[in-house]
Amino acid sequence: MAEKVIDATAEVIASDWTLVPDEAPWPDSGAVIVTPARLLATPPATLPQRLGVVLAPADQPDALAPLLHRLALVAVSFPRFRDGRGFTQARRLREFHGFAGDIRAVGHVLPDQFLALLRCGVTSVALAEGQQEAVWRAVLALRAGHDSAAPDQRRLPLLRRLAAPIAVA
Amino acid sequence: MDGITSLRPPAGGAETGIYHYDTLDRAFLAERIAVFREQVARRLSGALSEEEFKPLRLMNGLYLQLHAYMLRVAIPYGILSATQLRRLAHVARVYDRDYGHFTTRQNIQFNWIKLEQVPDILAALAEVDIHAIQTSGNCIRNVTTDQFAGAAADELVDPRVYAEILRQWSTDHPEFAFLPRKFKIALTGSPQDRAAIKLHDIGVLTTRNAQGEPGFTIYVGGGLGRTPVIGVKIRDWLPVQDLLRYMEAILRVYNAMGRRDNLYKARIKILVRETGAAKFAELVEQEFAALSGDRFALPPEVVAAIGARFGAPRFAELPAQSEAFARALAEDAAFARWARTSLHPHRVPGYASVTISLKPIGGIPGDATSAQMDLVADLADRYSFGEIRVAHEQNLVLAHVRQDDLHALWQALHAPGIATPNVGLVTDIIACPGLDYCDLANARSIPIAQAISARFADLARQHEIGELHLNISGCINACAHHHVGHIGILGVDKHGSEAYQITLGGAADEHASLGQLLGAAVPAEAVPDLIERVIGIYLAQRVPGERFIDCYRRLGMAAFKEAARG
Repeated sequence: MAEKVIDATAEVIASDWTLVPDEAPWPDSGAVIVTPARLLATPPATLPQRLGVVLAPADQPDALAPLLHRLALVAVSFPRFRDGRGFTQARRLREFHGFAGDIRAVGHVLPDQFLALLRCGVTSVALAEGQQEAVWRAVLALRAGHDSAAPDQRRLPLLRRLAAPIAVA
Repeated sequence: MDGITSLRPPAGGAETGIYHYDTLDRAFLAERIAVFREQVARRLSGALSEEEFKPLRLMNGLYLQLHAYMLRVAIPYGILSATQLRRLAHVARVYDRDYGHFTTRQNIQFNWIKLEQVPDILAALAEVDIHAIQTSGNCIRNVTTDQFAGAAADELVDPRVYAEILRQWSTDHPEFAFLPRKFKIALTGSPQDRAAIKLHDIGVLTTRNAQGEPGFTIYVGGGLGRTPVIGVKIRDWLPVQDLLRYMEAILRVYNAMGRRDNLYKARIKILVRETGAAKFAELVEQEFAALSGDRFALPPEVVAAIGARFGAPRFAELPAQSEAFARALAEDAAFARWARTSLHPHRVPGYASVTISLKPIGGIPGDATSAQMDLVADLADRYSFGEIRVAHEQNLVLAHVRQDDLHALWQALHAPGIATPNVGLVTDIIACPGLDYCDLANARSIPIAQAISARFADLARQHEIGELHLNISGCINACAHHHVGHIGILGVDKHGSEAYQITLGGAADEHASLGQLLGAAVPAEAVPDLIERVIGIYLAQRVPGERFIDCYRRLGMAAFKEAARG
């Protein structure tokens, strides 16, 4: 993954992950991202140490459950920003499976979706070509003072202030 | 729950019916408008292309139509305060052509909006706690309900607090803003379904169990458009505390599995049909079981706290029968005719709910001028606790009027042409904007509505025909719900010219059904004659007291086919 990656604070972070297509041989070392099919077809003992998986929008994250503890990263992909399946995949990973590693949004995502991604459990974003991290930071800046407030002072409707966990990640 | 005691309704929240915002709700709206103002500026400067701007404007209810921008403003579950209605009138007067159009989803649309003025319009609306969020786009849209909610004598459970809870839950929901397609939820608390819940993506009946506890029956997969489907029941009883957990489960299954390969197959009705209703229900139950109960529970304290934000009318203790009303009925035949169709029984003795027809003979269904809106606001203040409802039939409702005041109210409505005594009759037509405004339409709707309205202008004749729902859509997207009109009219494009298909036998109530095609499409000028022949057959064949829809169901389509032959 050569593109620029930002973390949940919109700071650019180093990323050494390499996407390995199903037909390509395993590299000798480094952080490797594979498809669920490749992951599940590989004997667990032979899997590399730093391992990630990329989910296509139609993939069920539940299939990864037995191997989630081996994964440092799950990438959820957005072929276009209007395809919102990645939001559900991210929440499933966090809420059903307790996945604690990095969830990375890849593909076509917009800065206007940043807050929703974070609320669904995404922790990093691979920026599409030409996207500037400053725009993503500006989205967060607008929110500053909001997230730091006590729950009953946030600019949320009463339902979410009182029953804070409902649909709020 | 210490949070609740510290979050009392704002001072001065005297208006009833609407949910009262606090400073944090208002800060949220102000923030949204600030963001959009900056986006509009970038669009006007050319920094944003129309393609890039489109998803941003749609998030704020702004469409680009045939001739101008159209702004769709949300009216949560169709309830407005007089102050809010006056502000809508103000927007119509200052920023539009002095009128607004009330829609079948209980919203209002302004059809002649200038882009550079939109941030100011949104700011003006926000001052009275109204917004245009999630009135478009592939998200959960404005939640709708029965226009007589909280007032109707036949209601089991007032659905409004649950409608508001669903509004808050769905607004700015992080997971469900980019669904396969738009998503509509309707609630009713009455066994007489006035909210068409079986024609929504999710339909909720608020009801009671044998122990008298409130809860819900859930329908899913209803909808109109090019594939009309009646929704199916997937949960007979859902306790209040599980409402949001169950909604999350349905939406998650839909978001993960709904089709995204074909715009016309992306609604949840197609997923339910292709999966099978039983299998779909099973998937939802699995998802529901996996969502931890605590995390998504809706505790009674939260329901109570949200309920406390609604002002409740202080009803007077009145006798069940008003002498003044009885006298006026006996003495004033025109008033009696209006009262026959415009009133709905109220749960409180001595009160009635009043429907104000926005269907003057020959007029444009659902349109109201700013002067009419101001007048209705004043009358709401005087006679109905300052509260106005928008009915999905595109009329306005004063929900809580003393029967003693009905005659005076009727007189006040007379002058500006909003006392047409045609509620529920053949000229109470539901129509979409059609090709006069809409980018999607194949044919005009408004002139057809006007021609039929003029043809049946005679009030005595309308009352003789009785209850009859006539719906006109200008294209297959079915915004006027023509499939569920007793008589439905659909505008189609026939070899490059406008033509109209007629369907009979649709209904949107608790006995929801889809209309069947009468015959080949006819040109615009032939429509009023054809409708007249259909109604003529009904009048000749009906038994005493039989409504059009019941007569059609008894006789079947064959009896009406000769009308199509002319």
